[in-house]
Amino acid sequence: MAVQETATTISARGLTRNFGVHTAVNNVDLELKRGEVLGFLGPNGAGKTTTMQMLTGNLAPSAGAISICGIDLLDHPAAAKARIGYLPETPPLYRELNVDEYLTLAARLHRVPKPRQRDAIDDVKQRCGIADVGGKLIGALSKGYQQRVGIAQAIVHGPDVVILDEPTVGLDPNQIREIRNLIRELGGKHSVILSTHILPEVEAICDRVQIMHHGNLVYSDTIAALRDFQSGRSVLLGLRRPPRLDELAAMPGVTTAQCVSDTLFRLQFSASDGPGPIDALVKRSAEKNWGLYQLSPGQTSIEDVFVNLTRREENT
Amino acid sequence: MIFTIASKELKALFASPLAWVVLTGMQIIIGYGFLKRLDDFLQIQPQLAQMPSPPGVTELVAAPTFGTLAAILLFAVPLLAMRLIAEERRNQTLVLLMSAPLSITEIVLGKFLGLAAFLLLVIGLVTLMPLSLAASTRLDYGLLLSLVAGLALLAACFAAVSLYISCLTAHPMVAALGAFGALLAMLLMGETAGDSLRARGWHVPAALAQVLSPVKNFEPFGKGLIDTYALACLLLLTLAFLVLAVRQLEAKRLRG
Repeated sequence: MAVQETATTISARGLTRNFGVHTAVNNVDLELKRGEVLGFLGPNGAGKTTTMQMLTGNLAPSAGAISICGIDLLDHPAAAKARIGYLPETPPLYRELNVDEYLTLAARLHRVPKPRQRDAIDDVKQRCGIADVGGKLIGALSKGYQQRVGIAQAIVHGPDVVILDEPTVGLDPNQIREIRNLIRELGGKHSVILSTHILPEVEAICDRVQIMHHGNLVYSDTIAALRDFQSGRSVLLGLRRPPRLDELAAMPGVTTAQCVSDTLFRLQFSASDGPGPIDALVKRSAEKNWGLYQLSPGQTSIEDVFVNLTRREENT
Repeated sequence: MIFTIASKELKALFASPLAWVVLTGMQIIIGYGFLKRLDDFLQIQPQLAQMPSPPGVTELVAAPTFGTLAAILLFAVPLLAMRLIAEERRNQTLVLLMSAPLSITEIVLGKFLGLAAFLLLVIGLVTLMPLSLAASTRLDYGLLLSLVAGLALLAACFAAVSLYISCLTAHPMVAALGAFGALLAMLLMGETAGDSLRARGWHVPAALAQVLSPVKNFEPFGKGLIDTYALACLLLLTLAFLVLAVRQLEAKRLRG
């Protein structure tokens, strides 16, 4: 395969995973461009970890295709995995090794060329703030330092895609800030998928957000679009039998209409029209039997989106 | 890549006290056995000198020593191999190997070779004992070579079986006990089943029982006979269990 600087670093289509009768992940799509940081959210048990395991080749998908920088993960696993760095929820640390030995092992396993190993390890130790604990046994380090070693292991080979599962768990506020800066800095040249429960972190670092619930992708959008919610008037509309998007966009007072999920739409209204357009919308949806089940004001924070989407799914 | 994993396993073996305890215990037991047999040999030497073609020191002292080593390996190899995969699963470190650009074959072979290197070291240490007699007497180097080769193959076979059993569980102790049970079963089967099956005229099952018993295949080597049938049996057995280990890990990845 030609080694190119492709724009799309990771692409997954129709990812599905069944465990017997239970569907853990159902038809999830994911696409990241170089330089994007994706916030991957969801309640516990939503299928985030399972999805990440599939993306990194730890678990075979029941259906779907994954490609890293254009290389299919199932056809050419070694070449694709060389471009991924993964930090799972429990950092895969060998407690009997010291930090230098462990990072050397990680560099070798990820095929860093021998002459460059020394520099890569020193560089990553500098970036993760573990430069002065090189000789210490990993088992003797505090949790925060162990977490940093885990992050170091994920980036030592300079991968195109870095997948981090709750990287700031267990760190003190100073360390959290440093790691966030590190992730933002990583997002400059690489793509990062960040799974976390700390929503302000997502707002601070990420460019895009995807929310999973019960194995389905229920929200997928950019942070910029989320911020657009906060200015001007916007409304989250849930329709069980929705019409075509252009029909919604043609309603009076609507400036833009976007599809957030199969049944959820976001409509922006021009600011000063008063309640008129929304009333007209409700009336039209009753007339045409669109099955209106939700009409909520524009979300002010990602936490509202999260709670709204995941609680709503439990009620329906 | 295989070498990277092998050297990591070797380092990890020496980092834990288990390997040192096993080595010490082995040296004590085998050293004692060797010296006792040497002593007995020296005592009966006058009588041996009167026999037409007496067995030499290699046959009477070194061969039983290696036999003791084979018996000890039956216990020791499961203990040494139990952490190979089972501990990685328990500590959640297998993810590092599975996410890396490695094939599962490379992982299994790397771990096997790491353990095999340690076992070769053990065999080497034991070989030094009869070699220490080389200054004062003539040793039967052919027999010695056959013994070392047979024991190396036997150890490889034990290692492959223990590695496979380690793939089946996330508890190292269960892996050790399971591997020990499996090896014991193979030993007993070789001892008893082969003969009784042959006595009834069932030659094919008898041959199968022979193939599956590593210790029965070691016997020719113990007599100084490089029997290619036994050699092939041991190699195939080792290969078979390594393949099973690879398939078990791949199935784990498919099933989840």
